Amino acid sequence: MKVIAVLRNPRVAFGVLVLVVLIVAAAGATRLSPHDPLEQDLLNSFQHPGASDGDQSHPLGTDSLGRDILSRLIFGARPALIVAFVAALFAGLIGTALGLAAGYFGGRLDAAISRLVDIWMSFPSVLLCIVLAAVLGAGLHTVIIAIVVIDWTRFCRVVRAETMLQKSLDYVASAVTIGLGPGRILASEILPNVAPLLLTLFTLEMGIAIVVEAILSFVGLSVSSGVPTWGGIIQEGRLYVNQAWWLMAAPMACIIVAVLGLNALGDGLREAIDPVKAR
Amino acid sequence: MSTLLAIRDLDLTLGSKPPVRLLRRVSLQVEPGQIVGLVGESGAGKTMVSRVVLGIAPANARVTHGSVAFAARDITHLSEAQRRPLLGREIAFIPQNPMTALNPVERIGPQITDVLRMHLDLGRTDAQDRALALLREVHLREPQRILRQHPHELSGGMRQRVLIAIAFACKPKLVIADEPTTALDVTVQKQILQLIRELQRNSGTAILFITHDLGVVAKLCDHVVVMHGGRVLESAAAARLFENPTHAYTRALFAATPRFDRPADELKPIPAALTQQLNEEARVLDARDA
Ligand SMILES: Nc1ncnc2c1ncn2[C@@H]1O[C@H](COP(=O)(O)OP(=O)(O)OP(=O)(O)O)[C@@H](O)[C@H]1O
Ligand SMILES: [Mg+2]
Repeated sequence: MKVIAVLRNPRVAFGVLVLVVLIVAAAGATRLSPHDPLEQDLLNSFQHPGASDGDQSHPLGTDSLGRDILSRLIFGARPALIVAFVAALFAGLIGTALGLAAGYFGGRLDAAISRLVDIWMSFPSVLLCIVLAAVLGAGLHTVIIAIVVIDWTRFCRVVRAETMLQKSLDYVASAVTIGLGPGRILASEILPNVAPLLLTLFTLEMGIAIVVEAILSFVGLSVSSGVPTWGGIIQEGRLYVNQAWWLMAAPMACIIVAVLGLNALGDGLREAIDPVKAR
Repeated sequence: MSTLLAIRDLDLTLGSKPPVRLLRRVSLQVEPGQIVGLVGESGAGKTMVSRVVLGIAPANARVTHGSVAFAARDITHLSEAQRRPLLGREIAFIPQNPMTALNPVERIGPQITDVLRMHLDLGRTDAQDRALALLREVHLREPQRILRQHPHELSGGMRQRVLIAIAFACKPKLVIADEPTTALDVTVQKQILQLIRELQRNSGTAILFITHDLGVVAKLCDHVVVMHGGRVLESAAAARLFENPTHAYTRALFAATPRFDRPADELKPIPAALTQQLNEEARVLDARDA
């Protein structure tokens, strides 16, 4: 019943809807796609959206090689979602662990971690991506590692501040006075109170990761060109934007809706499950 | 029997610039099974005394003189890890504000069983049973249900009962209660005081009871320690103190306390001259001890 109350928030509802559509598309891509996303049909290239020639129907048209755009977009949800989830997860794990430690123990540990974050954030992130790609080679794993390496600081800073706040609250002092050690207090007292914030950060980070994945696909640093990605489709469509605008518009719309949905989910969750309200 | 808690000449100094002295040669004793009242106006340093004993003094404050002994063991400079086996087990704490002292996102059950499993080596079901018994001991109805509830589902009085159950859970030798009723309304205050006294009688636990309320002290305490400006001005058996207060500040404190048997217009605020004199004395002491 608590879940239903949270879903009543319109932003959460919209975000969950978008996320469900993404997951269904990614998981059921083979069944849902009207065509093989790699199947070329040079006689039917640059079909307009909605045009149906003979027995072939292409709701969102075809590209320069006659491949079905809708099918490519559906398959493109896979790398987008994998990157979003895995990258946000690892960035979250690393950032949260360091943020909790810095916020709770303070002192020199906090100073060291905070300095590290400051220095890290002053690195130009685009440069970091390119260097990583040069070292690791193009591919999904490169995209994920790049996002984790750059964005763990986002989690770290927010979690550190929140941990410091939680630590100053009475319930933590109570936990100390019943003899609980710092490990227990962090894991079973503070972390559950930071969890709603983490959920919000996580969904926001997923949105960011989708954009970064698209950018890196666009510049050719993501998966090999055989696998359709939203950024890759934009990149291919760029050459024909005067003849076939939908080649760029359709994947862009996917990215925009996905990011909007995830951001709405993050913001909505922050409003809906703020533990302060429950107090 | 030997003294349970012996604080001797305790100085607590805030390491700011210039350093601020929060406690000035504080001495007090709690005997086993005794209820000692620690009274004084706001800012007297009552909470600081309890925080030193519990090892949760502010991070930049240090004990610069004197000692705290518990059960004949010096605990002044124990590390956090060394103090942990004592906290909740031998020395327990009842906080001032029950509204904020429980973890808002955790059910009541685990918040009680935590302390039991931590110190008594009980299994999950044993701890659960013990928690139920404890909730009955603090006279909470439907204890089964309360174990499954979150703090925000309980009233302030109920939460304070839960916190008292947690404090008495491991049958500690000493309970420190820092104004345990200030945040509650008057009728609930009385019930909570009754409960604390009942548990104290049944368990023989000693209590260091911090309060502003001299009426409470008169009813509850065996011994009273009066503090002002970080120092102890008077320390005496409760009966003696109420009959014959020797320090001018104690007398002023009595005169400033509302009582049922006295019209309100006889209330006198603490004279400014007295406060000034006490502050002057403190300055002289600081100069001497520096
Ligand atoms: N966290 C802190 N850091 C530094 N100084 C503090 C801190 N908390 C309290 N103090 C100072 O310590 C002195 C004693 O405060 P303490 O809280 O012990 O008073 P108290 O007697 O408990 O008062 P009250 O009845 O209002 O609770 C005060 O002058 C206060 O300003
Ligand atoms: Mg206090």
